[in-house]
Amino acid sequence: MPTSHTLLALLEREPAHGYTLKRQYDERFAQTRPLAFGQVYASLARFEKQGWARVTDVVAGEGPERKRYRITPEGTNVVENWVFEPQSAGVFSTSTLFARVAVALMSGRSAQTVLANQRATHLVRMRELTGLRKGAGADGLLAISYELAHLDADLRWIAESGERLDKVPRDIAEEER
Amino acid sequence: MTGTSVLAANDVHLSYGDTVALRGASLELTSGERVALMGPSGSGKSSLLHCLAGIIRPDSGEVTLEGTRVDTLSERVRSRLRLERMGVVFQFGDLVPELTLVENVMLPLQLLGRKKREARLTAMDLLAALDIDDVAGKRTGAVSGGQAQRAAVARALVHRPAIVLADEPTGSLDTVTAEVVLDAMVSLSTQLGAALLVITHDNLVAAHLDRHVEMRDGVVTRAAQVLR
Repeated sequence: MPTSHTLLALLEREPAHGYTLKRQYDERFAQTRPLAFGQVYASLARFEKQGWARVTDVVAGEGPERKRYRITPEGTNVVENWVFEPQSAGVFSTSTLFARVAVALMSGRSAQTVLANQRATHLVRMRELTGLRKGAGADGLLAISYELAHLDADLRWIAESGERLDKVPRDIAEEER
Repeated sequence: MTGTSVLAANDVHLSYGDTVALRGASLELTSGERVALMGPSGSGKSSLLHCLAGIIRPDSGEVTLEGTRVDTLSERVRSRLRLERMGVVFQFGDLVPELTLVENVMLPLQLLGRKKREARLTAMDLLAALDIDDVAGKRTGAVSGGQAQRAAVARALVHRPAIVLADEPTGSLDTVTAEVVLDAMVSLSTQLGAALLVITHDNLVAAHLDRHVEMRDGVVTRAAQVLR
């Protein structure tokens, strides 16, 4: 779970309340979709249960009591292992795009339209990201260039697939028989 | 589309001997807009740009610059119009190697008859805006590729043209340097009110621009993909 490991890594910097963690996560890692409070508190409860973090103090107030968490040495090990463990290459190919193109071909729908629609969406997102670079910090810039590079790779595949489409339906149809 | 037409090609055909490069290509750019011209190698992008720039006269069809038909004009008149109303940037900048960066940027102004002192001041302002005024006195061989290409951008914009045409302007640069050059070109052309047409096969370059046009087999196939 990259989100919970990222939260744990934020906790490694200094002890924090759930609210502070959510704010830090949103600032650094959630360019478009803020993290739900529920996910933060669920992660913290799990960290405590697994011995990755413990409660250092509880502040009682008008609202619900606020627990402050500190990472444990076990938690630091978890972060260390997660950061350096290479990700399975398979996770980069979990996009539904290929599946949707293949289904379009098999069902007689226009795969070119699937590709064109996706291309347009990708280009709009790339334009947005390029605009977001201004004013972004170093980690923000890296996050943006990471997403741009992946969108660019998709677009190159889309362009190549568009070129191949005349041949692909026949191949798939032949395999079906 | 809103805005005044700056440069347009209408049903342009062009062949080099037996090779057909353009088969009825049409494209219009309006004032201040920033357009990416994309497409595979051999699709006709550079040929269309050369027709739009008046470097090549098409076999048939029309090219208009700010409402005036230009493809029927003489080579001399087209050259003069290009000098006055257009800026051009190529992949390798095409700066004059015997001149310093600032002398290169001064060239269009001097060709247009401006005084040397005034041309130098204007050129230095642009070089400062592009953050390369510290190497203004160096020749092109003594500066980095990114610095030379930013000087090429300055030279294309120094005379405040209506449009800048750029053919793979960052094709010879690494990604990070390309970003610096593109940012400079886009922001400066916007600041000076020039439209911008950039030929590129690179999606990351196109992402800096507002509209994408695609060419295939000598025609414009996708002419209205507005990104914002």
